[in-house]
Amino acid sequence: MTHKSLLTADARIKKRNAAEARFKAYGLGAIIIAMLALSLLLTSVVSTGSSAFKQTYATVSVPLTEAKLDKSGTRDLAVMKKVTTIGYTSLLRDGMVAAVEELGLDTTLSAKDIGGMLSKEAAATVRNRVLANPDIVGTSVMFKLLTNGRIDGYFKGRVTMESAALDGNTSPEELQLAQELADAGVIATTFNWAFLTAPDASDQRPEAAGLGVAILGSLYMMIIVLVLALPIGVAASIYLEEFAPKNRWTDVIEVNISNLAAVPSIVYGILGLAIFINFMEFNQSSPMVGGLVLTLMTLPTIIISTRASLKSVPPSIRDAALGVGASKMQSVFHHVLPLAAPGILTGTIIGLAQALGETAPLLLIGMVAFVREYPAAYTADAGLFGEASTALPVQVFNWTQRADPGFVERASGAIITLLIFLLIMNAIAIFLRRKFERRW
Amino acid sequence: MSVSLILALGLAVLGYVIAPRRALAVAGGDARTLAALPRQYGLNALLAVLVPSFAILIAGTLAGAGAYLGWTILVVAVVGFAGSLFKITPDYRARTHAENWIKLILIAASVVAILTTVGIVFSMLFEARNFFSQYDWKDFFLSAEWSPNFRGNSSLGILPLLWGTLYISFIALVFAVPIGLFAAIYLSEYASRRMRSVTKPAIEILAGIPTIVYGLFALVTVGPFLRDYFAAPMGFGGSASSVMTAGLVMGVMLIPFVSSLSDDIINAVPQTMRDGSLALGATKSETIRQVVIPAALPGIVGATLLAASRAIGETMIVVLGAGAAARLSLNPFEAMTTVTVKIVSQLTGDTDFASPETLVAFALGMTLFVITLCLNVLALLIVRKYREQYE
Amino acid sequence: MKDTPMTNAKISAKGVDVHYADTHAIKDVNVEIADKTVTAFIGPSGCGKSTFLRCINRMNDTIDSCRVTGDIRIDGEDIYDAKVDPVQLRAKVGMVFQKPNPFPKSIYDNVAYGPKIHGLARNKAELDEIVEKSLRKAALWNEAKDRLLSPGTGLSGGQQQRLCIARAIATAPEVLLMDEPCSALDPIATAQVEELIDELQKSFCVVIVTHSMQQAARVSQKTAFFHLGSLVEYDDTDKIFTNPEDPRTESYISGRIG
Repeated sequence: MTHKSLLTADARIKKRNAAEARFKAYGLGAIIIAMLALSLLLTSVVSTGSSAFKQTYATVSVPLTEAKLDKSGTRDLAVMKKVTTIGYTSLLRDGMVAAVEELGLDTTLSAKDIGGMLSKEAAATVRNRVLANPDIVGTSVMFKLLTNGRIDGYFKGRVTMESAALDGNTSPEELQLAQELADAGVIATTFNWAFLTAPDASDQRPEAAGLGVAILGSLYMMIIVLVLALPIGVAASIYLEEFAPKNRWTDVIEVNISNLAAVPSIVYGILGLAIFINFMEFNQSSPMVGGLVLTLMTLPTIIISTRASLKSVPPSIRDAALGVGASKMQSVFHHVLPLAAPGILTGTIIGLAQALGETAPLLLIGMVAFVREYPAAYTADAGLFGEASTALPVQVFNWTQRADPGFVERASGAIITLLIFLLIMNAIAIFLRRKFERRW
Repeated sequence: MSVSLILALGLAVLGYVIAPRRALAVAGGDARTLAALPRQYGLNALLAVLVPSFAILIAGTLAGAGAYLGWTILVVAVVGFAGSLFKITPDYRARTHAENWIKLILIAASVVAILTTVGIVFSMLFEARNFFSQYDWKDFFLSAEWSPNFRGNSSLGILPLLWGTLYISFIALVFAVPIGLFAAIYLSEYASRRMRSVTKPAIEILAGIPTIVYGLFALVTVGPFLRDYFAAPMGFGGSASSVMTAGLVMGVMLIPFVSSLSDDIINAVPQTMRDGSLALGATKSETIRQVVIPAALPGIVGATLLAASRAIGETMIVVLGAGAAARLSLNPFEAMTTVTVKIVSQLTGDTDFASPETLVAFALGMTLFVITLCLNVLALLIVRKYREQYE
Repeated sequence: MKDTPMTNAKISAKGVDVHYADTHAIKDVNVEIADKTVTAFIGPSGCGKSTFLRCINRMNDTIDSCRVTGDIRIDGEDIYDAKVDPVQLRAKVGMVFQKPNPFPKSIYDNVAYGPKIHGLARNKAELDEIVEKSLRKAALWNEAKDRLLSPGTGLSGGQQQRLCIARAIATAPEVLLMDEPCSALDPIATAQVEELIDELQKSFCVVIVTHSMQQAARVSQKTAFFHLGSLVEYDDTDKIFTNPEDPRTESYISGRIG
């Protein structure tokens, strides 16, 4: 046998080490691609969406002419309601024109175009205020009003002079005037609370669209999921983990649960549509149906994680309890369950987070509908959580289907909101796990 | 009905309060002579009213029985109440009985999972049957044309939809499986502890992001990018929605799924196996390629099948990224559509619910369910078998 | 070779210390192990004998927190030299583990694995020859020759361990390390493996870790007694078992400690 020195690498070793380095580089490459994808995804969403949290407003004095708003002069609401938003539009135009003239700004724009710089929503804002307080009719009142989506886009960098020249809905002159108004302090961009509280708005007014109804709807559904899925999931897990005999029947349940966890979510939507809406005649688009569907979807997740936490409680604890004469049920409820509680809670929060982001099944049960009314938790007509609503992720989808480019910003903004909620939930889950984690 | 529910609830609370006193009275005031603690008599009474009443309520609602439901509940509640009170003697084992009621509740909860499956199967079978009574099944499964027409006389062939689904899933898997697998290998075999502690949670973040976010990413960023830099310059077409867009984004979504499953599987290969190979003078990569991966192969195949089932059932990414045109084409930069996209579009329009154009969604859903179910069961069996090998 | 020690030892260790995260597992071990002998490491559990064994083929490299200092030479070459590739070292220093760990491959592929990765065979015929030779040396040929293509995991425990030995000697090592190779085997399989070790001594430098003193007495010529991470006594096996110098060795072999 030839003696080879260990101190010199032969050609074969060099080749093998090169292969080793290559293999390692593939692994590192895979990680880098995954990280790149994550950061690309997040920057894409944040860069298009963060501007949704800012909004451009014009603060103008609007002359609330009595002749237009209350011809009878009686301040009778029934009569005043007959004046629609169209009636208010001319007043807004007058207000805007006055503001421009007062500042001595020079523009070639017509009065109509100047008035058009405000959002179509602005008239409704003024009208609502007037109807709430008829006494202000006849005076001039300062209003903080939404500008239209193009002006808003200009201040957020989405709309430029070049793009405005090609756009039928605005013009470089309008943007020029808006810039001058902004310099004078009439137009300003501020934090957009309305995005989180206002309801959705129609196709032509992305600047007014908000997430209020969607957040409320999602909240209702999360309540339903929590109230139903947690106790049912925990009870089922206790039975399967602690009491069920190991036989064919429980094996069926077990395989069934792991399968349910992998059933495409849209199938749950079909279930909801067929069973809850068509057969049991719950209200379409209602948080109740959405909550039930999401409950069924979340249940397997909760069961799987709860069983894992029950399993991690060592048998010696059960034996100790049985040893002092506790019944099986007592040993589970007095000892095992409290010890497993942090794990169960963590699993539940993660299940809820999953449910919060779920979209497809909700589309099928009609939650894509355009809803402007805040749904009530209970009404005599619609029952518990029975009023039409929408949900955060569905609202995102809804906005992606609209033509106005302003809605892309809204959709991304809604996603940021959704991700923040998810982040908070996951942070709580991680915190709980860290705080109560026990190693046996 | 709500009146009798409230009455039943009242009876339950009443039983909970009265039963312990009655038990004490029967025992002559000395709780030690009783077969159970006084409050366990109360618990038994409470459950003896509540469990049967709720069982009747749920069964009745599901069966659609309206008129006599309230009365039935009331009768059952009274019987439970009276029974639990009259049976109290010093020898009555209230705890055992109460625990039997609790066990019944636990069993009922685990049956919910079964009911869900039954509900899924029935809801789709029922409506799909309606569909096939109006539309020939051969045309559905074997026709290559999909052109629904709301005035009737539509062609509803599933083949172009299946093609789109499989094509997109294929691209997604080709992207996700190697990357996920290599990421898992790197993290479990090479990465330092520090790197692992940063990278692993980051990859898990990808798993926690809702699919609608991926969908928007496809629509706003990936689609236009692929169109402007690949499809259009290379003459493949000018559509932002495409098989490639949806496939790539879905691939990103699947990376954490594949990597965490592979991670579990690779870690299940015993360390002694690695040591055996290293001690023979194999390099780490030789050990991984020739010992660890062959040993983990069944598990990895199972994980890939699970990922495939996910890809096939994924909805929001394809709704926003793939397009709506049913097409049998090989060009990956062309817009195509999938089974899930059509389920959504056929069920969200304002159409007549009895028309085949709407009902076809249930037949599509059933096909989807059957395909994913087969993949899942197969994957579960493989993975289960694999795990048993090393336990 | 320049700084070869003046002894004819195959393996020589000087001042070897091993630390895991914050435990000092091996303390200043000095030992010289001769070629073509069986050397046994004995001692109570946790005394560091296995850890020291794993230093000789640098298997401790695979444990992140493990730090080895001191000087270990094989044929006079420092195996912890930066220029030494552990891969090359391990081809020269084979190892057999406590629990039989055949790969989930066929018997043939198990044995052929080492020669394949090291490129020891130029063609299939040579590979066949290496496999047969190794299986013969491991006294497994007669039992395995008709089922070379069936999985190695299907063999009995003792056969699996002999398969692992065949696998180790197939790469033509010069040193063979055995880490309690019989602790997972029944008495009959143990006897077979011990017999084999006796045979292997003719061609290899065998180092065996065992917690069975009888086994050490049966198979080895030299014995090293480890206690609490230190090498307490190292001498001829006969001497250790009949007339140990250190009182700790005596208490151990008479069954008072460990």
